Amino acid sequence: MISMDGTTIARGFRSKRHEQAPKDRLPPGQHVTTDFPVLSAGPTPQMKLGDWTFALQLGVSLLGKWNWTEFEALPQTTIKTDIHCVTKWSKLDTTWQGVTFDDLLKAVGLTEPPAPHIMAHCDGGYTTNVPVADLIGGQGMIATRYEGLPIPPAHGGPARLLVPHLYFWKSAKWVRRLRFMEKDQPGFWESFGYHNYGDPWKEQRYDGD
Amino acid sequence: MTVTEAAARPVRRLQWQLAQVREIVVETYRVKSLLLHVANWQGHLSGQHVDIRLTAEDGYQAQRSYSIASPPEDQLLTLTVERVDNGEVSPYLVDDLRVGDQFDLRGPIGGYFVWTTAMGGPLSLIAGGSGVVPLMAMLRHRDRQNIGVATSLLYSSRSLEDVIYRAELDAMARCDPHLRVVNTLTRKQPDGWMGRRGRIDKALLAEECFPPERSPKIFVCGSTPFVEDVSRFLVELGYDPLTIKTERFGPSGGQAP
Repeated sequence: MISMDGTTIARGFRSKRHEQAPKDRLPPGQHVTTDFPVLSAGPTPQMKLGDWTFALQLGVSLLGKWNWTEFEALPQTTIKTDIHCVTKWSKLDTTWQGVTFDDLLKAVGLTEPPAPHIMAHCDGGYTTNVPVADLIGGQGMIATRYEGLPIPPAHGGPARLLVPHLYFWKSAKWVRRLRFMEKDQPGFWESFGYHNYGDPWKEQRYDGD
Repeated sequence: MTVTEAAARPVRRLQWQLAQVREIVVETYRVKSLLLHVANWQGHLSGQHVDIRLTAEDGYQAQRSYSIASPPEDQLLTLTVERVDNGEVSPYLVDDLRVGDQFDLRGPIGGYFVWTTAMGGPLSLIAGGSGVVPLMAMLRHRDRQNIGVATSLLYSSRSLEDVIYRAELDAMARCDPHLRVVNTLTRKQPDGWMGRRGRIDKALLAEECFPPERSPKIFVCGSTPFVEDVSRFLVELGYDPLTIKTERFGPSGGQAP
């Protein structure tokens, strides 16, 4: 049976969900999960904190670089937010602690972002692109704690990018470098048919959505 | 794919399409394959997945991702679905769906966890439970193309009754000298079981995967703990992490990314 708007009614299919998240918390096509699924394209890197560094780059020039101790000494911010994975699960009220993108800019003495786009580079070769406009104003951080504890490696520890208002593949695990770019370029999943921007509220899952 | 190729690719939206169930195959007591007719299917690569959308009469919708089990060569699109107890979508697909029923589907999705004959081998496939599904699409593609790419499938199941595609895998391996299928049963083994027992460990991987010197293409698919363990063992055995492609089936039925 085809309904008025072209969707197909699946005979006999019914919702089994007893409690639904409020409409303003759950983007279209998502459902709430209480567990925390792990999705990565390769093995989980085993990174020792003593070997970990994090860098900010403009093109090929270095704007700033921190080891773990130095990074931990930067101003810390805690946020409580919902996260939305492109594979359809959403997790509500997750708490993250880390260093905001704004504080990273301040730490390298910048008052303005030097370019409009960034590419996040991660252990294991993963990359993702994010507009700087989506990171400033407290929207993005390098997170190092989840629910008050160090982020487990499978979930991106020691540090992951957190941009919770975009689909969660943009919140790159095992992040080691943010590189400012004058021109936008697709990252890893963005080169494999996933949407370049990834707004869950517009259901921008794949190219052309 | 290079960045330039990706940027130059024309952007087309993946439209929802009508899928009709043509045939249902009982694979195990909790797994069925749905053979679907999709009118305007544009083709896919082995390893890719689709999104399905079920709409209830009251308008309620649920979306999930499922791996494609059929190779690009087949006419019908096959999804193999495992019933997740207390799940919302999989019990419907496994227990309620009948031949002739319809639902919405779009895809193919994902371009990283894929294998084509052009990528060559040797090919080391490592599956836990229903993680065998996208790997089966690769094995079927290899089979249809009838090329002798050296391939091994290391497949972990709870019991013999849980082994998906058992007869087909046996038949494939029997008449193909370049394919080796190794089953390991973790919880229960039938009397006289001559195969492997227990979880896949480092020793078994060292024995059954092509050695790192031969630079095998490695695909690992299964539950999160399964993939975490196997991929860590492989890195410890000296395989280049960049040659290990993984897909984790989370408790929420998620797939890549």
